Amino acid sequence: MALNRRHPAALFAVLVVGLGTTGAAYAAVSAQTAPKAAVRTETQVEQGKQLFLEGCSSCHGLAAQGGSDGPSLIGVGSAAVDFQVSTGRMPLAAPGVQAMPKTPSYNEAETAALAAFVATLAPGPAIPTEEMLNTSNAEVALGGELFRTNCAQCHGANGVGGALSQGRVAPSLMGSDAKTIYEAMVSGPQSMPVFANSTLSIEDKQGIIRYIQELQKNESPGGFSLGRLGPVTEGLFIFIAGLGALIIAAVWIGAKAK
Amino acid sequence: MNELEHPTGDPYGAKDGKDLVSGITVFPMEPHVPRKADIDPKAARRAERQVATMFGLSSLMIIAFVVAFVKIPNTSLISIPIIGVVNANHIAIGFTFGLAILLIGIGAIHWAKKLMPDEEVVQARHALTSPDEERKEVESSFKRGAAESGFKERKIIRRSLLGALALFPVPLVVLLRDLGPMPGTRLRETIWDKGIHLVTDATYKKIKASDIPLGGLINAVPENLLEVEHEEENLNQRGKASIIVVRMDPADIVSQQGQDWDYQGVLAFSKICTHLGCPTSLYQQRTHHLLCPCHQSTFDLSDSGNVVFGPAARRMPQLAITVDAEGYLVAQSGFNQPVGPSFWERG
Amino acid sequence: MSTTEESILAPAQTAPATKGGAVAAYIDDRLASASFTKRLLDKVFPDHWSFMLGEIALYSFIILLLSGTYLTLWFNPSMTEVIYNGSYVPLKGVKMSEAYSSTLAISFDVRGGLLMRQIHHWAALFFVAAVSVHLLRVFFTGAFRKPREINWVIGTLLLVLALLEGFAGYSLPDDLLSGTGLRIAEGIIQAIPLVGTYVAMFLFGGEFPGTDFMPRLYSIHILLIPGILLGLITVHLIMVFYQKHTQFPGPGRTESNVVGFRLFPIYMAKAGGFFFVVFGITVLIAALVTINPVWMYGPYTPSQVTAGSQPDWYIGWLDGAVRLTPNWETSILGHTLSWNILIPALIVPGIMFTALGLYPWIEAWATGDKREHHLLDRPRNAPTRTALGVMSLVFYMILVISGGNDVIAVAFNLSINQITWGFRVLLFVAPPLAFVITKRICLGLQRSDNNKLLHGYETGRILRLPSGEFLEIHEPIGEAERAKLLAKADVIPLELPSAVDENGVRNPKAAKSIARAKLSQWFYSDVIPTPTDAELREAAHHAEHELHQAQSHLKEIESH
Repeated sequence: MALNRRHPAALFAVLVVGLGTTGAAYAAVSAQTAPKAAVRTETQVEQGKQLFLEGCSSCHGLAAQGGSDGPSLIGVGSAAVDFQVSTGRMPLAAPGVQAMPKTPSYNEAETAALAAFVATLAPGPAIPTEEMLNTSNAEVALGGELFRTNCAQCHGANGVGGALSQGRVAPSLMGSDAKTIYEAMVSGPQSMPVFANSTLSIEDKQGIIRYIQELQKNESPGGFSLGRLGPVTEGLFIFIAGLGALIIAAVWIGAKAK
Repeated sequence: MNELEHPTGDPYGAKDGKDLVSGITVFPMEPHVPRKADIDPKAARRAERQVATMFGLSSLMIIAFVVAFVKIPNTSLISIPIIGVVNANHIAIGFTFGLAILLIGIGAIHWAKKLMPDEEVVQARHALTSPDEERKEVESSFKRGAAESGFKERKIIRRSLLGALALFPVPLVVLLRDLGPMPGTRLRETIWDKGIHLVTDATYKKIKASDIPLGGLINAVPENLLEVEHEEENLNQRGKASIIVVRMDPADIVSQQGQDWDYQGVLAFSKICTHLGCPTSLYQQRTHHLLCPCHQSTFDLSDSGNVVFGPAARRMPQLAITVDAEGYLVAQSGFNQPVGPSFWERG
Repeated sequence: MSTTEESILAPAQTAPATKGGAVAAYIDDRLASASFTKRLLDKVFPDHWSFMLGEIALYSFIILLLSGTYLTLWFNPSMTEVIYNGSYVPLKGVKMSEAYSSTLAISFDVRGGLLMRQIHHWAALFFVAAVSVHLLRVFFTGAFRKPREINWVIGTLLLVLALLEGFAGYSLPDDLLSGTGLRIAEGIIQAIPLVGTYVAMFLFGGEFPGTDFMPRLYSIHILLIPGILLGLITVHLIMVFYQKHTQFPGPGRTESNVVGFRLFPIYMAKAGGFFFVVFGITVLIAALVTINPVWMYGPYTPSQVTAGSQPDWYIGWLDGAVRLTPNWETSILGHTLSWNILIPALIVPGIMFTALGLYPWIEAWATGDKREHHLLDRPRNAPTRTALGVMSLVFYMILVISGGNDVIAVAFNLSINQITWGFRVLLFVAPPLAFVITKRICLGLQRSDNNKLLHGYETGRILRLPSGEFLEIHEPIGEAERAKLLAKADVIPLELPSAVDENGVRNPKAAKSIARAKLSQWFYSDVIPTPTDAELREAAHHAEHELHQAQSHLKEIESH
């Protein structure tokens, strides 16, 4: 096998470093966003409207009614705005199949203002309060059941994400904080369907978030997790590192001693 | 070089420098080059020490293994750079055990390579073919036995025996009969029926149509699944009756499998892939596409659940739904076709 | 055995001098095993790293038996539902089968249980990987040729059984991944024409998933298949022992000898040591790298699934084939033929394994080569075989990679639809291309071998002769290299028989032999003959002359 010709330790190291830096990057991103309940004031709405007209209206329309480049924001609620803007998905860097998270363009106050403005357009799912995100009493086992029923099909049972059609992906949840997860469920960003509180109650959502937090601990009792990608990376590992090491041993055994 | 003589007389079984069998040129073996340990007693002693050190370390590792097994609780976690947060007992016993075994192996090989004689030995191959006379003897033995048995002449015995032997495995197959039931209509039926409520999976709550937002997805099961108390039957029914419920703008619905099978844009489809039966609920609300994570079959739920990509040949069966007096979703009837993968009798 | 006329039963023996001798005598008195033991201890095995690939497989199998036995002490293959109450908190209170809960218990509540589980699973991946790579070695070196065809077939059977055994093991923990795999397997069985639904119902004791299958699969996994594997491995080894190992060409190596080291003590130490190396590395991997963390996937229920549902690597090619096949299905007279399942899951694998098992006879028939072979081919010296092998390997690899198309899509930011289409095209385009390229490379290597034989190595030292001519100094290759390069038996393609006999009557049987001769000529097409002795002498003479010329020129320079 061609794979075995490279030094197995080198490839292993690349894998390790790659996964390590990804993890670190996620950790850094998740540290930035602390949930904070938004308090809506008149001035905030006014500021939000200004920001909207400057930064969003070109795609979503002057009255947020939507256009060819962006959907209507009437009735999406403050949760959707907060999710999209605070994770950096909006404003879009470039049109593509899917908006990807990046460094947010708006600070917390600006994001809150935008959310407050959009929330005035029509009633919609709101940014959750601290209390709604309190998972200390949530049932982790039930959360796991709900996670596997409603979330694992796209995000994977490990929560590391998965492929959707035509280049779209269900992102990894490993760096998402409680607020982001909650807002994603109630607002259904992009490909994701909506899981409204009426059919998946707040307690259910707390359970799911609690379970995801359990996954985010990134405990791997059995050793290095190989990115939690399942049998694919396990197979690669056995050929590159495992069989590679044994073939090196075999070459050593077969070589003449000096 | 070797004390094993080749029957041909030539040490390599060659003639005039050519291999007797293949005719390729035969070269004499290269002279043996002595190793350091062969000529330098110091080098030999060093190799001896190295081997003994490895065996000694192996014993130490086994002791460490036992200590780790007894002393480190199975529940304690430890954070190790690169590897992550792992079970301390697991990694300690695994590491010591593995190293102990590995050291025995490396020690033994090192011993063989450095200290055991490394002069190559030539051994002749013996013929894999028996001499002609022997083959003829076997043939005549067989012929004698066959003649003595009268297998050839006594036709009636031969035929009845062959008949009996042909039937002898029948009980072995028949005895397997009670492995399972006949298929019957099992693969065609689910417990869905007219008026059965749709309830959320895992939490088993009835679903109000008005509670489902646009773009919403609910993983659901029939309410009467809870009444199936027999464990096995419950699992089997769950494997067929699981559905997904989605809501889309009625204007987006291109076609449905039946007229008015939706309720105000709320549609219900089987969750069991028509390809190989994986639960399929990767619903992408913008495109209304449903993707199977196993083999990427993709169904368009806004267009009768037709296959738009992948290996599935059949559209996703749709469940006709409506609401009861209180606005809860109920089935209009059972599925009008078998759910799940195709089978020979499906038609 | 030496028998005399006086006593047939108890030949006169001298008393053994040592304790070891006494033990040997005790055994020999009962088994007359002396001559066998002598042959065993003196048995010579050739030394080459690639001959140890099969050993890796053997040792992995032993590790599997050991670790598997350990796991049976705790594993309970029952589908009875229980509420989990073990140490893994995120699943506490969840309904699951005893099979899954006992797997969790092994992982979290039995000290060393997780290690054993991981040793078992990693060893399984090792086993199939080593079997596969061993198969490639045997194929590309032509070690399957007469008289070893039967062992090749046993090897093929071992591979098939290893795949089944691995899949059974993967399915036993009853986690979300293994249940999904079984669901797919059941779907494939259902698709078999005529009997599919019956076979599925009987195997599963009713519909999927039922509760009967798990215990049935368990006895298949721990008793039936390992028993057959053990038997076949034993026969496989006895045959290697009896027929003696093949060897690579080199100085002193011929078709009628074996050059290497004796079993005792060298191979006892080397092969025995290698067992410990394989075991040690497996345990270290199991300690440091997690495999199949079943607790993350959760218990199986037929209404749940996870993204990235993959089989273990060795089933990947089947899964990949199933992913790539378009959605063909036909209905005839009220019956369904699911080509989308039958082709990738039954027909293609059936053809692949049949062709693999029959390959020694196919090649012998096509080439007309009926000789015994104990000297291995260097892959370049059998270009058509090597090209066929690489072609098949490329085909297989594309299927394996397709089995992970969703993981690739995410990792490389590609569209899964485009990847699938790309692989569909590649599956038909890449293998023939691989055939052509491989054959060219082989022929190129043969030419360079001939150059080395005739002209020696290019040293890179260039001299300018007084005439203004440039001359690169070539140095003759060593004896060992020469032996290796010259060990290429020339091949003679079958002659094309005429379609009519002497009387000008058309021979109806000729068509078959013509086809065969054509196949033989194709197999041996583009043969590059090894330099003859005369050519070699001529070249050596020429080289000497050149060297002489260069030396005198050098002397000239020095004298100035």
